[in-house]
Amino acid sequence: MPSYTLKVNGQARTINVAADTPLLWALRDHLDLVGTKYGCGMGLCGACTVHVNGAAVRSCQLPVSAVGNTPITTIEGLDPAGHHPLQEAWCDHDVPQCGYCQAGQIMAAAAFLRQNPAPTDAQIDDAMAGNLCRCGTYIRIRAAIKDASAALATAKGGAK
Amino acid sequence: MKPTTPQDVSRREFLRVSALAGGGFVIGFAAPGTVLAEAANLLDDTAKQFTPNPFIKITPQNIITILAKNPETGQGVKTSLPMIVAEELDADFSTIVIEQAGLRSDVGAQFAGGSRSTPDNYMRLRQAGATARAMLVEAAAQTWGVPAAELTTEKGKVLHPATGRSLTYGQLATKAATLPIPDEKTVRLKKEGEFRVMGSRVGGVDNPAIVTGQRLFGIDQKFPGLVYAAYEKCPVYGGKVISANTERIKKLPGILDCFILEGTDNINGLKPGVAIIGNSTWATFSAKKQLLVEWDESAGAGQGTEAFAAKAAELAKTGGTNVRNDGDVAAAFASAGQVVEAAYSYPYLNHATLEPQGCTAWMHDGGIECWTTSQTPGSGQDLVAKTVNLPKEKVNLHFVRGGGGFGRRLANDYMAEVAAIAMRTNGAPVKLTWTREDDMRHDCYHRPGGFHFLKGAVDAKGRISAWHDHFVTFGYKSTEKPAGGADLSADELPARFLPNFRLDQSIISTIVPSGPMRAPRSNALAWTFQSFIDELAHAAKRDPVEVRLELLGEDRQVPPAGGRGGPPYDTARMKGVIRLAAEKSGWGSPLPRGEGRGVAFHFSHSGYVAMVARVSVSPDGNLRVPEVTAVCDVGPIINLSGAENQVEGSVVDGLGAVWLQEMTYEEGRAMQSNFHDFPLIRINAAPTRIGVHFIQSPVPPTGLGEPPYPVIMPAICNAIFAATGKRIRQWPINKSDLSWA
Repeated sequence: MPSYTLKVNGQARTINVAADTPLLWALRDHLDLVGTKYGCGMGLCGACTVHVNGAAVRSCQLPVSAVGNTPITTIEGLDPAGHHPLQEAWCDHDVPQCGYCQAGQIMAAAAFLRQNPAPTDAQIDDAMAGNLCRCGTYIRIRAAIKDASAALATAKGGAK
Repeated sequence: MKPTTPQDVSRREFLRVSALAGGGFVIGFAAPGTVLAEAANLLDDTAKQFTPNPFIKITPQNIITILAKNPETGQGVKTSLPMIVAEELDADFSTIVIEQAGLRSDVGAQFAGGSRSTPDNYMRLRQAGATARAMLVEAAAQTWGVPAAELTTEKGKVLHPATGRSLTYGQLATKAATLPIPDEKTVRLKKEGEFRVMGSRVGGVDNPAIVTGQRLFGIDQKFPGLVYAAYEKCPVYGGKVISANTERIKKLPGILDCFILEGTDNINGLKPGVAIIGNSTWATFSAKKQLLVEWDESAGAGQGTEAFAAKAAELAKTGGTNVRNDGDVAAAFASAGQVVEAAYSYPYLNHATLEPQGCTAWMHDGGIECWTTSQTPGSGQDLVAKTVNLPKEKVNLHFVRGGGGFGRRLANDYMAEVAAIAMRTNGAPVKLTWTREDDMRHDCYHRPGGFHFLKGAVDAKGRISAWHDHFVTFGYKSTEKPAGGADLSADELPARFLPNFRLDQSIISTIVPSGPMRAPRSNALAWTFQSFIDELAHAAKRDPVEVRLELLGEDRQVPPAGGRGGPPYDTARMKGVIRLAAEKSGWGSPLPRGEGRGVAFHFSHSGYVAMVARVSVSPDGNLRVPEVTAVCDVGPIINLSGAENQVEGSVVDGLGAVWLQEMTYEEGRAMQSNFHDFPLIRINAAPTRIGVHFIQSPVPPTGLGEPPYPVIMPAICNAIFAATGKRIRQWPINKSDLSWA
């Protein structure tokens, strides 16, 4: 098996896996980062969303051999203390039901808010349309993203 | 309002805090008078262990642990059931440690189905909390030498208001553990108005772990030496393996073994297939693509969606078998002001939990352990025991969070598969993961499809006067008996509510397995009947809300027909939710062209639900749902945040089902395989606003996971009619052209 050194959540991690192994399974089975979820294996559900160089990517569609030295962030590495405004907003709004999709939702939202820190409802819907929630928590996802957006704006204002 | 989020306690942290315990107090259910509680170090084997049924553990360090007894698949019981205990214990829920139970024999039935978790456990859990509280009060009374009647409790403390003294439950734990358990009938339960925990908003106890990606779900389980498995079954239901290229598969990289399992005929058990064991999930998924299997697919001949529809049309011309016949429908039709005829059909549906089925098992020391997401772990234990030929006492089940249930995990087929595979791993633990395609094609049973050939009459006064349904349903390899979830109660409304009512039934034999999915039966019948009631209301040129209230009639309890089981139908509670839904939705106020409101109601799982949907349809037929108003009466609400979430989720889930979803079959095989051909609703199609309202009737609380789900479907279709004049009689909506001009 070939060897790959991945830069995940700020750490270099070396694994020996088949070249076509999707990043999803490398994370889950070989790096023991199970927060990133398998839902469809076709890039249809978004449960496997991670950040590759800051952009939201479906890790089930990205073979490890194509990752190279690009920095990867998973839900486990989104915030060192687990207090990203989205994570806090998700708890404040009690978003999860089963919770299976929510790591992917948060990762998609985090990349989106970096690009568009003050989105409209329609922009949230467009940006999040690639992430399925089988339990139907979309109403709360919208509200949580709006709250996190406001919290980020406050934090930015306060840092001046 | 922000919910409180209880302490973030992962399993690892729980063990750490518990290890601090030097003694404690445990209480469960036992015969009154038994000394059940005693000082013990709960985790130190050298100390005296307290034995049965721990729902509550309190250590001298004041760590209060409450057991979450039932499986959690997103319905919220890991939070709401412990809230009931905490209420009567009078503890501060935000400081409670929640421990997930595995399968055990001392906490009553442990399952997640039928919206039964709340009603089945409410009184028992209250008594458990109240009994513990009474003993802590008695311990304080003895400690201070004052009458127990002078003491009160609040947020985990016993208080003596007269002297201002207080002790934490932890400080009282060791003494309380020496007291006899009082007769639970003598223990005072709180009265309405005294509740502090129940009725509040509490965030899910696993939320902090979910949002940081911690190991929680079935698919996340990992153990030293773990191997991975995939399992390929025949795409045709009931198909068998003739041969497979197992020798070639065994030589693929990362593959440890490959073999055929003969399986059984039990559609909810171990089905025939080919198992692949490897050193990673991807190795087994990759090898699965290289698998060449010769299947015996003969069972599927002639079994397809088109053939079913043709058969239904043919059966519609026959009379069917009479199931119920009240009054004289023929006479009512003859004298009616108007007669409306309509044929409704709905498809099979897939549960499509976002976490595909799977399970982890480990055979060791003469037994087997499973980490399961089952909604019926007791049945799972029996099935595993049978599969591996061990007594069920040797099958130890741990409950792990399931990524969605919806009734799919009432079946334990994946447990039988992993158990059979675990016999061939030389003692290594093994995790079975289904691909999405496995999950879609082998939904153990589907929500059954069905056909209703309806005829209704409106009399000269505009009242619904007669109803005749020829129900064409499916039987599993039978034309005599409806398949799982494909039956129709002869009491289903409008039966019992109309003087002239007739139900006839015909059955199409199929090999497509069907069974319970969220609000079984109701999830098709409410759509059909509430849509047809709407047709009759419009035929009478009357207000759809008014016609429904009239149909329900005077306030009364309508009992099941003679000899039938089930709860009575409380018309006052149903009319209450309909009226409030109309009020909160602005029913009757004018809307722009292309918009419309639709109303529907349904009673299931002891819950009364009404909804008004407001839709907007563009002239070219583009559907949007700006607002849904949902009103539920399931008695008192335990967790307001969780309850609202269940209703919102039911609305979104039901909207997606009726708008987008159908399973189809050809020659006995499912034609859908993933979310491109079996779509789930996405955020950009979800309602803009969902208003959730509860009428908390003073009755024992009942479940909420299912009752709202069926109601959105007819509400949406009735709103589409109001907006466009187009009546949806074929599910899903996206098969119809909604354009108007």
